[in-house]
Amino acid sequence: MRRFATLYTALDATTSTNEKLEALIAYFSGAEPEDAAWASYFLAGGKPRQSVPTRLMIEFARERAGLPEWLFEESYQSVGDLAETIAHVLPPPRRESELGLAQWIEDRVLTLRGADPADLRERLLGYWDELNWSERFLLTKLIGGGFRVGVARQLVVRALAQVAGVDHKRVAQRMVGWTDSRQAPSAARYLRLVAPAAEGDDIDTPHESDLGLPYPFFLAHPLQTDPATLGAPADWIAEWKWDGIRAQLVKRSGRVWIWSRGEDLLTERFPELASLGAALPDGTVIDGEILAWEPGADMPLPFARLQPRITRKSLTKKVLADSPAAMLAYDLLEADGRDLRMEPLEARRARLDALAHTLSSTLAVDLLRVSPVVAAPDWPALAALREESRARGVEGLMLKERASMYGVGRTKASGTWWKWKIDPYSVDAVLLYAQPGHGRRASLYTDFTFAVWDEADGVRTLVPFAKAYSGLTDEEMRKVDAIVRKTTVEKFGPVRSLTPTLVFEIGFEGIQASPRHKSGIAVRFPRMLRWRTDKTIDEADTLDMLKGFLNEAVA
Amino acid sequence: MNTSADLIVARPEGLYCPPGDFFIDPWRPVERAVITHAHADHARFGHARYLTAEAGLGVLLSRLPGIDVQGLAYGERIDVNGVKVSLHPAGHVLGSAQVRLEHGGRVWVASGDYKVEPDPTCAPFEPVSCDTFITESTFGLPIYRWEPSQAVFAGIDSWWRHNAAQERASVLFCYSFGKAQRLLAGIDAGIGPIFCHGAVEPLNRAYMQAGVALPPTRLVSEIPARDKAAFKGALIVAPPSAQGSTWMRRFGDYSDAFASGWMRLRGTRRRKGVDRGFVLSDHADWPGLQSAIGATGAERVIVTHGQIEPMVRWLCEQGLDAGAFRTEYGDDAIEADMSTPSDASATESPAQ
Repeated sequence: MRRFATLYTALDATTSTNEKLEALIAYFSGAEPEDAAWASYFLAGGKPRQSVPTRLMIEFARERAGLPEWLFEESYQSVGDLAETIAHVLPPPRRESELGLAQWIEDRVLTLRGADPADLRERLLGYWDELNWSERFLLTKLIGGGFRVGVARQLVVRALAQVAGVDHKRVAQRMVGWTDSRQAPSAARYLRLVAPAAEGDDIDTPHESDLGLPYPFFLAHPLQTDPATLGAPADWIAEWKWDGIRAQLVKRSGRVWIWSRGEDLLTERFPELASLGAALPDGTVIDGEILAWEPGADMPLPFARLQPRITRKSLTKKVLADSPAAMLAYDLLEADGRDLRMEPLEARRARLDALAHTLSSTLAVDLLRVSPVVAAPDWPALAALREESRARGVEGLMLKERASMYGVGRTKASGTWWKWKIDPYSVDAVLLYAQPGHGRRASLYTDFTFAVWDEADGVRTLVPFAKAYSGLTDEEMRKVDAIVRKTTVEKFGPVRSLTPTLVFEIGFEGIQASPRHKSGIAVRFPRMLRWRTDKTIDEADTLDMLKGFLNEAVA
Repeated sequence: MNTSADLIVARPEGLYCPPGDFFIDPWRPVERAVITHAHADHARFGHARYLTAEAGLGVLLSRLPGIDVQGLAYGERIDVNGVKVSLHPAGHVLGSAQVRLEHGGRVWVASGDYKVEPDPTCAPFEPVSCDTFITESTFGLPIYRWEPSQAVFAGIDSWWRHNAAQERASVLFCYSFGKAQRLLAGIDAGIGPIFCHGAVEPLNRAYMQAGVALPPTRLVSEIPARDKAAFKGALIVAPPSAQGSTWMRRFGDYSDAFASGWMRLRGTRRRKGVDRGFVLSDHADWPGLQSAIGATGAERVIVTHGQIEPMVRWLCEQGLDAGAFRTEYGDDAIEADMSTPSDASATESPAQ
C-alpha cells in the first residue's frame, strides 16, 4: 500500500510525462506480482465499486476529527474533493501498515461492501489510523468509488513494456479487457501481461479467459485546418460522424461480445445486437457505432433515445422498444479469425461490404448497417455536404486515409483518421449562479449556471437554461472567480446567486424540447466558448432565438 | 463590538488604540503606527512615526527606506499616552511581533501574522496571556495541517538532487521576504550552487546583517544571460511573479516548484502549473491557530483576515466571545496570495 501510494503521489505531483514514466517503471520493477496486478488494474482505469456509503464515510471522518457538520461541509467546499478533504482533516496516524496493496484490496477494501455500519465504523477508523496522508487519500478514494489517476493508459503500457522487455504494441493488446470487472486481477494474470514474447511469434496465443477480447480502439484526431492541406481527396474515404456509442462486436467460438471504447462489456445491454452475432461467422470483429435507429427508418434517432439502454437497471420490453438499437459498422478488424488491422482501410471496407451483403436477406439487415461512404469530387463539395450534418442527425464528417492501417489509440504512425465536426450551436448568455468547482478548479467559483432573456408577456426576465464549467483559461477563471465574489447577492449552501454582469458565448452540440426545464429546452454538452467582455448583459440572446434552433435540429 | 472599554477598534485607517492614540498596521497614512512586521500589507509608506521590533528594523528599513522608525526590543515595555506597549515574537518572519497593550487593568494582544512552528530565521512565537486576542485566520480551516518543516526540506532537497543529477536547474518560487530565507536556512546547501532573484537577494543581506546564518548565494543577474551552463544543477530562488516571464529563459532546461501553504490543496497546486508544490507556510495551520488562541487564555477573540466566518463560528461554538474586524490585510481569494502585492517582486523588475 505504501509503495502504491508513493507512486500515486509521484504521478499526481508531476506534469512531466517522462517523470511519470520513470515513476511507473520504478514501481513495476520492484513490486510483488500480486500487488502489481492490482496497481496496473487501477492505473489502466479499473475502478472498485463504492464499498462504504458517502454519508457514513463523512460521519466517521467527522467523528475522528471532532468537527461539526457545517465545518466539514465548509472544508469540503474549499477542497472540492471528498477523499482529499477527509485525508486533510484526520489527525495524524498512531500506527503504520506494512500490508501490500493486494492484501489491502482483497482482505480489507472488497470485504467492506455490505458490512453493517458499526463494523464499518470500527474498521475504517482503524484503517485510517495506520495510514499516512497519501495512503489515507488513496484508501478513501478506493472505498468511495471515485478513484482515478492522472496517467494515460498508453503510458502504463509503455512502462510495463519496458519492465517486461516486450514490444509495447503487444502489451497494449494483452491489456485489452484488463479492467473488465468480471476477472479479478491476480499475480498469474499480471505475469502473463509482462511475460517475455516467444521467439519468432508475432501474436500471442490468447489465453482461454481472454477469448472474447476486442482490439485496442483506433481513435481519430480533431481536424483543425483546411482539409485541402490533406492532399488529394481521392486518397481519403469520407463518412458521416455518427453520434452514438463506439463499440466492437466480437464473434468467436459461437459466442458474441460487445465492448464499448471504455472496455465495458455491453453485450447484455443490446440483446438484439447479440443475436445478430448468430448470423456472423466465427472469428469476426466489427468496429462501429451503436445508434438508436428504428427498423426501416432512413436516419437515426437522437442520442438521448439510446441512454435508457445504459442507465436503466433492467431492460424491460418497453425500454427495448423505445430505444431500438442498430450497429453501424465502419471497419472489419478480424475475419476468419485473422487479424486484418495491418491491411489498408480500403481492403478492410471491401471485406466489410461483402460480409454485410451476406446478411442482406436475413433478419439482421436492419441491425447491421454499413456506414455509407460520402462521395464528393473535391474538398469544397465535401464541405458543402458537411453543412447538411445537422439535418442528417450526425456530428460532421470523418476523414480516413484510404491506405490507413488500424492503429492503437490516438497514434498517427499507421495512417490517420480525422474527425471534421460541424461548429456547435452558440448563444450569448448571462452568468446567473456560481458554485465552486472540483479537482483542478477546486475552491474557485467555476461551475456556472447561464441564462438568456425571456421576453414573454412583455417583460424581460433572465431564465436559466444551461450549466457549464469548462472552456476558460486559468487566467480567466481567476478573474471570473474574483468577480463572482464581489457580485454575490445571496448564498444557498455552496451556490451563490449573482448580480448579473457577465456575458459568455455558450456552445452546445444538440438541443431538445424539455418540459422538465424551466426554459422548456435542454442542451447537450454545453461549455463556454469565450468570455464576451465586449457585451453587456442587455445584449445577451433570447429564449426565442434558442427555441429557433429546435426547428433546425432533428428531434 | 466597539464598546468604549475596547483597547483596539477598527477605523477606516486601520486598527486603532483610542487611549494610546496610535494605530497598528494602518493601511492609510496616520501620525503614529505600530508595525507588526514588514510585509507590504502590514507595513506601508506614509505614516509620520513608526514603532517596530528591534529585530525587524533592518528588513523594515530595507523595504521602506527613510522612514522615522523606533525599534523596541522584544519584551521591553514603553508607555504611550498611558498605555503600556510591548512587542513579543510572532514567529512569522524576521522581526515579526505581536503587540501587547495594557491599560486600565485590561490586556489586549494583536498578533499580526504568526506561526507556531520553530523557524531558525526568526524568534519563536511566544504565547502572551491576555483578555482579548486579535488573530489572523489565513489558514483557518481544519484542512490545513502542516507537516514538520524538516520533512518539507527533505522533499525539496531530494527534488533538487534529482534535477542536479540530470543537469537541470531547479527553480523554486516563494515569497521574497521570509519564506525565501527560511528555505535557504533549511535546505542542504551542499547539493549545488544557489542563485537568487533580485527581489530576494537584498532581504538575504538584511537577514545576515541581523545575524541569521544563511548559505552563500549569488544574484542571477551576475551570470551572463547566454550562459545556461552556469545554472545546471543549481537552485534558483525567485518570487512567484517570475513564473512564466522571459526572465526564466536563461535557465535552459529546468524544473520548477512553488513553496506555499496553499500547495496543501491538490487543486490549487495543479492550477499553479509547476512541476512540484511544497507545503510550507509562515502562517499557523488549524491546530496551530487553536493552540495559539487557547494559550492566551483570552475569553474574547477578534479575527482579522483569512477564513473569518468559519473561525468566528467555530470559536463561538467553543464558548468564546468571537467576532471580526474588517481589515485590508491578506485577501479573501486564495489566488491573490500567489501574486500578492505584499511581495517585493511586484515593484521590482524580474529582469534584475
